[in-house]
Amino acid sequence: MEALSLVEDVAVNLLRLAVIELPQDVKEALKRAYHNESNPLGKVQLKTMLDNIRLAEETGRPLCQDTGLINFYLKAHPKFPHIEKIEDSLRRAVARATLEIPLRPNAVDPFTQKNSGDNIGRHIPFIHWDISDGNCLEVTAFPKGGGSENACALGMMTPGEGLDGVKRFLLETVIKAGGMPCPPTIVGIGIGGGADISMKLAKKALLRPIDEPNREERIAELEKELYEAVNATGIGPMGLGGDTTALAVKIDFAHRHPASYPVAIAFQCWAARRSTARVYSDGRVEYLTHKVS
Amino acid sequence: MSRILKIETPISESQVRDWKIGDVVYLTGTIITARDQAHKRMVKFLEEHKGMPFNLKGLAIYHCGPIVKRLNSEWIVISAGPTTSMRMERFEDKIIRSLNVRLIIGKGGMSAKTGEAMKEYGAAYGAFTGGAAVLAARLIKRVRQVEWLDLGMPEAIWVFEVENFGPLIISIDARGGNLFEEIRFRAEKNMNRIIS
Repeated sequence: MEALSLVEDVAVNLLRLAVIELPQDVKEALKRAYHNESNPLGKVQLKTMLDNIRLAEETGRPLCQDTGLINFYLKAHPKFPHIEKIEDSLRRAVARATLEIPLRPNAVDPFTQKNSGDNIGRHIPFIHWDISDGNCLEVTAFPKGGGSENACALGMMTPGEGLDGVKRFLLETVIKAGGMPCPPTIVGIGIGGGADISMKLAKKALLRPIDEPNREERIAELEKELYEAVNATGIGPMGLGGDTTALAVKIDFAHRHPASYPVAIAFQCWAARRSTARVYSDGRVEYLTHKVS
Repeated sequence: MSRILKIETPISESQVRDWKIGDVVYLTGTIITARDQAHKRMVKFLEEHKGMPFNLKGLAIYHCGPIVKRLNSEWIVISAGPTTSMRMERFEDKIIRSLNVRLIIGKGGMSAKTGEAMKEYGAAYGAFTGGAAVLAARLIKRVRQVEWLDLGMPEAIWVFEVENFGPLIISIDARGGNLFEEIRFRAEKNMNRIIS
């Protein structure tokens, strides 16, 4: 059972790393945005974000008080030791992290409004599984804030409108969201599949590093075009106006039904927290998003 | 041109009426957190003519659900950035009119109903940078009081003493100005240009 307590420890570490220190690609994108921003109020916002990032690292405190609803994305070989018990280990890790870091208790019963107090609840933390062929378990911790989640939108578009419809729906959603999802955001777009599939793809696209465009060139070009369109709205940092409304647009797609054209828009706030580690079956651990001494 | 204003609580009506959208305020004094459930309860108390266990006169409401930690008999604020203010839009006009609040602090802005109450009564909205929660915690010097802890840590009423709390961008003023709505209006015009 050593493997399980190792997974639990790694998951606690991942949550700590995620909520305290942003990945390098996000920090660099925010620094570039601060450098390029021409609106004085927008620049003040970016300056405050950078100051806050530094203070969180210095003090070891969660950079945002909303430490999110906890999601894990897992990639695992089916023969990873005790794979059937990994979910229990992750739940224990979340309860421990809530006390030790601390995290804000964010799991609320939707009927009684009672907060469970330890970030554990029905289906929460939510765990996404992928089967992989490596000799390891890859764990990504993805604490998702409420402000950016509330701005997510699903559009069941008309196939006849095609990509023009995607662009219009994206801009309407960004403008309606205004400052609420804490821009500059990362915008994930899922196109095709069904309603659930498009949103799943949109959310997962948020995990891709900012400096990593889509592997398909035509999609990478569309990401760039939509990124420029979002920033041309002028919504700006925290919705107070400026050149930086998004740090990146990330797209993924699935083939669609002839009658359907689902488009899902998911937002990640500027405090784009994520952390990933690989646990090998021989007990080695490798952190991919953060430097761990 | 925007001004930088150092303000102390209690805030007077004439002070608030002088502020313009784009002004940057740094606040020293008392701010009181309240979010969804606390607003709901405040409105319920008002309807039932019950007194509040705290006094908001001349003070600021902060839309915030903090992380706090109990250390012996003291509360330590770990992380305390703003939450999305629009969720409180349905309650805030009643709170402003009935409880003599002069400043609402939050993120993302609020809408017409709150704006009208601010214009009529003399109050303003100051936007604090979303996510800047460690910076905010550093500017909170002391927890003076906590009420309604039965609502849970994020939803309770926390009475904070703050020093130079900001930058708060005045984005709804008592003159009818709303910076967020101006920006959204311009963005809609920009959108027509982008997609044409």
